[in-house]
This record gives sequence, C-alpha cells and structure tokens, in this order.
Amino acid sequence: MSRIGRQWLILTILVIVVIIPQVVTNKYYMNILIMSGIWSIVALSLNLILGYTGQVNLAHGAFFGIGAYASALLMLKLKMGFWLALPFAAVIAGFFGFLIGLPALRTRGSYFAIGTLCFNIIVTLIVDRWEGLTEGARGLMGIPGPSPIPLPWGGEITFNTMAAQYYLVLCFLLLTIFVLRRIMQSLVGRTFRAIRGNEELAEAMGIHAMRTKILSFTVSCFFAGIGGVLYASYIGFLSPEITDYHVSFDSLIYIMIGGVGTIVGPIIGTLLIVTIPETLHIAAEFRLLLYGLILIVMIIYLPRGIVGWAKVLMSRKRKQEVSWEQS
Amino acid sequence: MGTILTIQGMTRFFGGLAAVMDLSFKVESGEILSLIGPNGAGKTTVFNLITGTLLPTQGKVLFQDHEITGSRPHETTSFGIARTFQTTSLFYDETVIDNLIVSYRCRTRMGLWDALFQTGRSRKDERRCRQKAEEILEFIGLQERAWELARNIPQESQKRLALGLALATEPKLMLLDEPTGGLTEEENVSMMALIQKVRASGITVLLIEHKMKIVMNISDRIVVLNYGQKIAEGLPQEVGRNSAVIEAYLGVGYGEN
Repeated sequence: MSRIGRQWLILTILVIVVIIPQVVTNKYYMNILIMSGIWSIVALSLNLILGYTGQVNLAHGAFFGIGAYASALLMLKLKMGFWLALPFAAVIAGFFGFLIGLPALRTRGSYFAIGTLCFNIIVTLIVDRWEGLTEGARGLMGIPGPSPIPLPWGGEITFNTMAAQYYLVLCFLLLTIFVLRRIMQSLVGRTFRAIRGNEELAEAMGIHAMRTKILSFTVSCFFAGIGGVLYASYIGFLSPEITDYHVSFDSLIYIMIGGVGTIVGPIIGTLLIVTIPETLHIAAEFRLLLYGLILIVMIIYLPRGIVGWAKVLMSRKRKQEVSWEQS
Repeated sequence: MGTILTIQGMTRFFGGLAAVMDLSFKVESGEILSLIGPNGAGKTTVFNLITGTLLPTQGKVLFQDHEITGSRPHETTSFGIARTFQTTSLFYDETVIDNLIVSYRCRTRMGLWDALFQTGRSRKDERRCRQKAEEILEFIGLQERAWELARNIPQESQKRLALGLALATEPKLMLLDEPTGGLTEEENVSMMALIQKVRASGITVLLIEHKMKIVMNISDRIVVLNYGQKIAEGLPQEVGRNSAVIEAYLGVGYGEN
C-alpha cells in the first residue's frame, strides 16, 4: 500500500471509530465495543513483550488484575480520585512487572513461560485468600467510575453515558498504539526485535539483553495495568477470576489470531474474538471449544495471524507488479 | 604498536575435562593472529572465554592492559572486542541494513524517553546508525542487497554480513570464528581480501581457521592448540615445520615415511 493510501485508510478508520457511538445506540453493542477496546489495550501490551521481544509471558492476566485491584483499592480504601489512581495503578503494575522480570527473565523460552504462569497462579491465590485487603471471593464492589473533568471555559466532561466511556477507552487505546509505535520505530524497539531474533548475537553486538527485556516487560505490564484500571472502573466490580490465567490465555489468543508482532493484529484479533461469539450468542462452553479449533487451524495454516498473512499477500502482489514492469 | 590482548594462564574445565589448559599468548596490535588446531582443541572455547560467554576456571584476560576477566559479553563488546560465530549468526528475519543498524546501537545512548518524545538525541542517534550501516554496507560490498531479508541472501553474503555486524560495533579487536566455513575456492579468496581490508582499517584480527592455505597466506603469526594446550606458536613457516604440530594434525610417524 502506498504511503498516502495508508494515511487515508487510517483517517477513514478513525472517523468511523469516532462516529460509531452517534450511530449505535444499542447498549449491548456499545458494551461489546468498550470491552473490545479494553482487551485490545491488554493484547497490544502483551504483544510488546511476546510479539516484539519474543518472551512468552503467560502472566499478563496477573498484571491486568494487579492494575485493576490496585486502582480499585486506591479509590475505595484511600479515597483517591480516578485520575490519580489510574497512573498510580499502572505504575504499580509496571513495578510488579519489573520485580518479577528480574528473576523470571533470566530464564529463556519455555522456562520463562512456565515461570510466569506460576506467578499468575500465585497472584490469583493471594487475591483470593487475602480477604482483609481484597474481600476475597466476595469481590470488590462499588468501584467508582472516572470523576468528571472540569473544562476551563466552564462545564465539565462526565463519564455517565456509554458513549463517554467508549471515548475514554478509545483515547487510551490510541495512546497505547501511539506509544508502542514510537517505541517500535526507534532504536529501542530495534533492540527488542534483536532479542527476539537472536539473544546471544544481540549480546555479542553489545546489547544488554537483561536490561532490554526488563524494559520491554515493565512497559508491557504498565499498559496491562491501564487496561485493568479501565476495566475496574467500567464494570465497577472485581473478583479474583479477573486476575487469573484465563485472561492471559485470552489475550494470547487475540494476538495469535490477529498477528504476532504487529500493531493492528492484536486489535483485529480482539475485535473478532470478542464480537463474533457475542453476536452469534454462542454459549460459553462452546466458545472455548471454538477457540481451540480456531487456534489449531490458525497455527497450522496462518502462523503469523491474519495481519501477517495479509502482509505476505501484499508483498507477493508488489513483487508481481515489479516483475510485470520489468518484463 | 604494543600488545592489545593478553591471555594469562587460562584454564577452563567442563566437569572433569580441561577444555583449555594453562593457555597463555599475546595478540599484538594490528596483526592477524590465527588460532589453529584439530577439532575439539578448544579454539571456540578460547573465544568464549575472551568475550565473557564463559568464565575461566583460572587465569586472566587483559585487553589494552586492563583486566576484563569475567566481563559479560555485551561489556566486552563495548570495550572494543567484536566476534563472529562459527555457525553464521544473523538477525535472519530483518533486512541486511536493519541488521547493521541495530549492531551500532551499542554506540548510541538514546533511551525510552528519547523514543517516546522523539528528542534531538533520538534523531541524531538514528541518523548515526544509518550512516554507520551504509558505511559498513559499502565496506563489505552488500549495497545491492541492503533491503533484502538476511535469510534470503546467498551464503557468502551472509558470511560477509556476519563480519559486517561485528564491524558495526566499532571494535579494536575482532575475533573471527571460521569466516570461510562452507565457502568455495573463489569465495575464500574474496573473504581473505575482506579480512585483510579489516586489518588495513586498523583493526586487529584473531582468527580461527581450518583451511591451511588461508592460514598460511593471511596470518602474521599462528598459535596452535591441541587438547586445550598450546603446542606451538610462531611465524607461519616455523609452525608449518614444527614436528609437534605435524604430529597433532597427521599422527605420529607421518614425516618418516
């Protein structure tokens, strides 16, 4: 695709995305879109460490949950406002990522995957059992939504409507995309990709592998935390299941289907997997069965996901055009 | 010119096996020193000990008169020791130019904030990396393949690129592990020319090589290892006549027939 064509495409999508709440008034569909937005942020953040840096992190649900619980507790117990709790909770999630990364990122490949999976189970257990802090299985209730933002010329932005919630999530989704793009297009992002490509060689090229992986992991957990905060304040209720490894595997599936190591991939994957079963009213048990089936088919036929496959198709077409011009 | 690298009494055990035993030698600035020996003599282990991939059980490594024993691989690279691997190691899913750009990353300082806010430093560092990559592309003669994926270029180009990656880290000393492995006769000649060009640009070369024709042609001096120990050291002609070396390579009694 040419550069201008690409810019037009992005602009068109942006316009459509902004207009949606004006057209769609059905609360059910709006709910699905808001949830897709939140899960897209989580999937995108997982993609940073998993897709771009090549470290299979299976604890993303834990960091999402830590962000969610941290913000809820800050708001409920310390009476902190949403706009202060949000960055605090994200930093807490990032800090946990940093702490866990220090030992876990010393291991490679499947060891890292198993280590993070164990960490996730531990976090869920702690959240479940530490009733004094988290209310355990009863869950945290009455988590406040975002407080209104006063405008300098009078009036304020409130977040009472579905549309306002939608725009809030959209803003954070765009922020996530913006930050990830800036990182991946810079030398910092190149070092992430170098670690994925060949860690031993990257070290021989003078790249501090440990520091690079920790950085990627911390940023990844920070954004998972943001996703958690948005979830907590949107739903208003948290229970230990939201920290559990199902969340990790769900976000992994979104990435696998959309396309590992791309920006658009995780969003497309999330949209497909969140919307299609919901709109088709498929029962939960069948949904899991369907996920499994789709995943097997994807891994066999489209290992790079939908976006990866589209990229291959496009570069093939470009090559054909070039060979036409030459002949 | 002086000594650039000194190995002192280096020993490395793997379990009960001594892969390198009480090895000492010096690399002089500006020379091409070849490290040769039969398979399993411990040559690659010596490289791993110098770069910090392995820690020595005993002994010291001095680089430009500073002790660097126990430094991590990324540190030794930043000191100015670059290496290539025996199995051609590249970032295979990246283009040739991207391979070179990321290899110069260790000489730049920009961090996460510079990336997020696209500061002047980030733009300057990216420009420096690109310039370095283009400079190396020309040096190794791969300009035409700059935008191809590293996995899609011919084997000989891959070998050149691997050397280019090491060059992009701006080393003072380069450790080349069988740079001509798997190449044809003509390719050997052009790779030899490239190594000589590297030396001419002021970089000292420590070379592991199996092909005797190349070793005898290109080396200023040779160190011979067998079972982890140094059995000979000297000019190519001297080493070629050394009975211990002939014995290690061809077996006892070969010269007598």
